[in-house]
Amino acid sequence: MVYRGVLTAAAIAIPTLLAFLVYELWIGAELAISRFGFDFITGTTWDPVAEEFGAFPLIVGTLVSAALALVIAVPLSLGVAIYLTEFSPSWLRQPVSFVIELLAAIPSVVYGLWGIFVLIPFLRATVFPFLRDTLGFLPFFQGPIYGNSMLAAGIILAIMVMPYIMSVSREVLMAVPSSQREAALGLGATRWEAAWTAVVPYARSGIIGAVILGLGRALGETMAVTMLIGNRHEIVASLFAPGYTMAAVIANEFSEASTDLHFSALTYVAFTLFLVTVLVNAGARLLIWRVSRGGGGNSA
Amino acid sequence: MNRLIWRRWKSRLMVGAMMGAVVIAVTPLILILGTLFAKGASSINLAFFTSLPAPPGEAGGGVAHAIVGTLMMVATGALIGLPVGVGAGMYCAEYPRSRLATVSRFVADVMNGTPSIVVGVFIWTLIVAKQKHFSGFAGSAALAMIMIPMVMRTTEEMIKLVPHALREAALALGYPYWRTGLTVVIRTCLPGIVTGSLLAIARVAGETAPLLFTALGSQFMNTNLNEPTAALPLTVYTYATGPYEEWHRIAWATALVLILVVLVLSLLARLATRQRFDVR
Repeated sequence: MVYRGVLTAAAIAIPTLLAFLVYELWIGAELAISRFGFDFITGTTWDPVAEEFGAFPLIVGTLVSAALALVIAVPLSLGVAIYLTEFSPSWLRQPVSFVIELLAAIPSVVYGLWGIFVLIPFLRATVFPFLRDTLGFLPFFQGPIYGNSMLAAGIILAIMVMPYIMSVSREVLMAVPSSQREAALGLGATRWEAAWTAVVPYARSGIIGAVILGLGRALGETMAVTMLIGNRHEIVASLFAPGYTMAAVIANEFSEASTDLHFSALTYVAFTLFLVTVLVNAGARLLIWRVSRGGGGNSA
Repeated sequence: MNRLIWRRWKSRLMVGAMMGAVVIAVTPLILILGTLFAKGASSINLAFFTSLPAPPGEAGGGVAHAIVGTLMMVATGALIGLPVGVGAGMYCAEYPRSRLATVSRFVADVMNGTPSIVVGVFIWTLIVAKQKHFSGFAGSAALAMIMIPMVMRTTEEMIKLVPHALREAALALGYPYWRTGLTVVIRTCLPGIVTGSLLAIARVAGETAPLLFTALGSQFMNTNLNEPTAALPLTVYTYATGPYEEWHRIAWATALVLILVVLVLSLLARLATRQRFDVR
């Protein structure tokens, strides 16, 4: 009885903690919620002195940086995952996955440090001017080049979410029964066609789940983004310009906030961020479960 | 015939592109580790581990306070987080179909995806705002909260790998349920649970965001968890974003120490078991 009681207590602690988290964030944000209501989401001014808070630029910055990260990371990680499950010689599989799992183990603040002193100088000197010269007709690649920018944050985020997308999509690809491959090859498909037309579609919803999981990471990633994005409350079309994200504003301003309303507004931002990541992660989990249960049985 | 040749070439081309993706994906890791060693290794000496920070602008100084702070906070966090996580994982494995297990499992997944900065805000409102001062203990609480769902899920997965026959044999020999759980089931999968715990510790040792306004950081040696406490990741952040060349040097060295700690923990975790393991 004691045994069961202790275990039950531990299991109950987990939902309790989460309920507590929601409650505390709600109470903390109450002041800002009653003051700004839904306008908080659409407001564009963030002025602690005038006590006016609108989170729209933060929300846009969060979404844009995460989208950039996915645009870069998804093709790369899918390529790696497909290569490792379908094409690579078997001696290469372990070392490559090990290296990429190491990428997931590097602390966010180290990415930030590397970003400030290695990535940004390189981008500013080489990549950004090149983009402006070749793609400058697009509004995203115009204007003055700052080092700390939306694009720099997007690139570092891409490196950070890649391991997650890769390892999950690798897992769902491995769960695809090999009869799928054999059937396609037997019909005369090339190895690429077999992978792309028979294996990948079979794992599609799992792969989408992996991407959404990466999105969840990118939305909440804090330190590296705070260090690289430039931290400016503005919406600018150019990706060379500084931006801001919800996580970064909390990291920057929370320890310096002086008024209750400022704290409350930041807690409101945290609450919003929490809700968004919960929705995103729940969606991803559902998709991944569906594949690994419905498809490959319990072979994975 | 022409079409067949094209299809063959396309296949080769795509495989080539994917190999390119592998190279691009691996490059950042090599670059990051390379720069860390190149810029950090020269600053690491005994004084770096044993002395306190020098005043701004002066040369020298070390991170002894941050090493002690990180050790204290991670150890305290593990002390709180591991028992709860392992216990909840055991519950979910023992009573997999109960409603509580389903709810806990789902909630753990939600918490795993929760940004760590949100956990920081939560612990701030829960502890710091009420105590009215920053403390290492608040930092530990934040780290514990991040560890719990990770440890719980890996524990459950590990226990599920224990063959049923083993459990049945123990019960048939007249072991009570609790003793079967503790001495047969847990013992069999202990390496796996150790692995999960080590990976969780490695992960929180590098966490910065939840410590920013819970532990806050400090310039002094401090062994009292009720005071603001320094940590290695916080030191990297402060020194990297500071204006002094000397600070940047220390940031690189600290980052190197941090990454070595994380890598050693991950390697230990791998050695603890041969079971392949993903923490998500």
